[in-house]
Amino acid sequence: MRTRSTMRRRIARLASALSAFALAFGVLAIAAPAQADVVNAEMPFKVSGNVQNEGNPVGGVTVTLTGAAGFTATVATDAEGKFVVGVPAKEADYTVTLDETTLPDGIAVIDNPATPFVEANVQTLTVGPGGRATMNFFIGQGERHTTSFIDQVVQRLISGLNFGLMLALASVGLSLIYGTTGISNFAHAELVTFGAVATFGLVGLMGPDLLWIAIPLALVLSAGLGWGLDAALWAPLRRRGMGLVQLMIVSIGLSLGIRYTYQFFIGGQTEQLPGSDAERFKLFGSVTLSITDIVSMGLSVILIVAFALWLSRTKIGKATRAISDNPSLAASSGIDVDGVVRIVWIIGSVLAGFSGILWAYFRPGIRWDMGGQILLLIFAATTLGGLGTAYGALVGSLIVGVLVEGSSLFIPSDLKYVGALVILIGILLFRPQGILGRKERVG
Amino acid sequence: MDFLGILSSSVSFILAPTTLAYALATLGLAVHFGFGGLLNMGMAGFMALGAYGYAIGVLTFGLPWYLAAFVGIGAAIVFALILGIPTLRLRGDYLAIVTIAAAEIVRLLLLSSAFGGVTGSADGLSGFNGPGGTITNPTEGAGGFDQSNPIPAGTYGFPPFLDNERIWYLRIVGAIILGLAIFIVWRLVNSPWGRVIKGIREDEDAVRSLGKNVFAYKMQALIIGGVLGALGGLMLAFSTNVNSSVYVTSLTFFLWTALLLGGAATVFGPLAGSIIFWVLQAFLGLLFPALAEVGLMPFSTIQAAQIKFIIVGFALVLLVVFRPQGLFGNKKELTFVK
Repeated sequence: MRTRSTMRRRIARLASALSAFALAFGVLAIAAPAQADVVNAEMPFKVSGNVQNEGNPVGGVTVTLTGAAGFTATVATDAEGKFVVGVPAKEADYTVTLDETTLPDGIAVIDNPATPFVEANVQTLTVGPGGRATMNFFIGQGERHTTSFIDQVVQRLISGLNFGLMLALASVGLSLIYGTTGISNFAHAELVTFGAVATFGLVGLMGPDLLWIAIPLALVLSAGLGWGLDAALWAPLRRRGMGLVQLMIVSIGLSLGIRYTYQFFIGGQTEQLPGSDAERFKLFGSVTLSITDIVSMGLSVILIVAFALWLSRTKIGKATRAISDNPSLAASSGIDVDGVVRIVWIIGSVLAGFSGILWAYFRPGIRWDMGGQILLLIFAATTLGGLGTAYGALVGSLIVGVLVEGSSLFIPSDLKYVGALVILIGILLFRPQGILGRKERVG
Repeated sequence: MDFLGILSSSVSFILAPTTLAYALATLGLAVHFGFGGLLNMGMAGFMALGAYGYAIGVLTFGLPWYLAAFVGIGAAIVFALILGIPTLRLRGDYLAIVTIAAAEIVRLLLLSSAFGGVTGSADGLSGFNGPGGTITNPTEGAGGFDQSNPIPAGTYGFPPFLDNERIWYLRIVGAIILGLAIFIVWRLVNSPWGRVIKGIREDEDAVRSLGKNVFAYKMQALIIGGVLGALGGLMLAFSTNVNSSVYVTSLTFFLWTALLLGGAATVFGPLAGSIIFWVLQAFLGLLFPALAEVGLMPFSTIQAAQIKFIIVGFALVLLVVFRPQGLFGNKKELTFVK
């Protein structure tokens, strides 16, 4: 164990030293006469290649190889457009990236007409059992793949809106439940997962062609789960007058129990719903969109509008808001608090279940802990908008969605959730009642 | 089915170094929640800082192991201060959300490839317990934790505690740290300081009206519990590699289950709860797959291995509903203040 990691560190250090040297050498090589630039010559296997512009070699172009276990090597082509990189393992995949900014002006890597959306300057290469592989880049007049900043922003904005609408479906339910019962429901993540898992199960039973029946059926099951949880667990606990902290820990236990029950049934792997591989089409520039994105955003908007109308126009909606404001006053003015709370659980579960189905398409894939992955984002959205306010949760979700997707323009994408969590903490510190909440809500 | 074998390897968890590590962290939670009333849902973050602080101290800074251990503890103190200064004013359930988010931030930062050179990213860190093992001088070093072991090489004890010198050393170090920690916590909670902190748990405003600086007391409790959590992480790092996939939210929830099982507002409850929890976990985790293998359970062995986690979740629900004071707690000393 120890020696292996030391070895790896040594190799990494050697590789970086060599690649720095090679870079310097490569710059010299533009003027110097031909000899293929070699990096990591001591390694047993080789990747070599050519960079040519309509048959003429292009020197001084930076090419980066990345592979498994953090292997990275950077090499520059020599005056004949050639490069050679030693790699540590054969029968392995490597990603070869040509840095288009190091090309002379006005030329770029030519796209393969068969795959218009694959960026031709980033290629995957398999080093076979022979331990040798070749990667040639053909350069010509063309559009570079340094996607324009505006295009990236638009793409992120669309994707953030999609993500935000999906979050909103989950957070309005969480927020309503919090508003009417005071529970910080950690098991909401499992209600989200339930929609996706139920759809997956039904599709498995009925076949992928009946997806349009499976989704509504899954939502009916979600409603049943919400009703069942309230009837079997939350209503009796309410009657016992249990404290909020205890209720929160009960929801944590419930979350663990249900989550591992999913894993028991569907296993630890990722499964796909039918249609998750829908083709992407070009909107403009390099902005692309798939049909599932459009359907998902459309359905979210319809559901949210329907929910808002329910909350503002119907009798039960008004009763819900009354209970959120002041449960004892609502009860004394003749509102059936328990009945309304039951309906809130059902509606919250249906919305969460639907957001789970959309999340399965957005990720993409179904996993036993997929709800848990966004639970804190749902909390962030709810808190940002104001805990207990339904419209606040909607606004908060859109902000969190756009922020999470947009932040990956500036920070590494594996840190994109950190931004939302920092916002969550910040908002609790400086405006705990949220954007739309009222001050007295915070005790 | 080798029932005796299962029983014996489960019993060996009573004295396993990991059990001692979890008991330390659970004791930290007892100081936070049981005595101080602080709903800390981010104990995994404190543990991660203890473990990574130590590993990074050895590997990146090239410190001797005993100084590197203090890096981990120091990191936890700084984390407690950063977390506590703004959040201790918040109501209980808000504090829970902030701490859970902060622990996730710590985990995501440790997992991110942006700092992979220091944290090892998804691979985690290893080789910090051996001699040297720093990035700058990988071979020649002053000697790590393993080299400080005075026990001669060999196998000691009797089944199921028949182990090599390294495991015994870990047990002894863990038991000494845990023993000291329990003694200190026991003296603390029975001191005037302990009475104030329990008063804050019951009624913050009443204690404030007596002229006590509630914020300072809560901060002290947060730091003491956080250091105990970091010591737990340190123990884990002494015994094995560190990896961010260990310090997930579920770990915090398991610690809570162990805490509530033993009794949150007790000194020995966390130890008893941890031992019961991890011995049962090991037992059920071995028993169910074995039952499935011989066909006594209609599941695959992989499925059978999941059942213990399902039981943990629902056991936590039942515990909070029917016995909130835990197995060894006193019903009068209710820890759940409305």
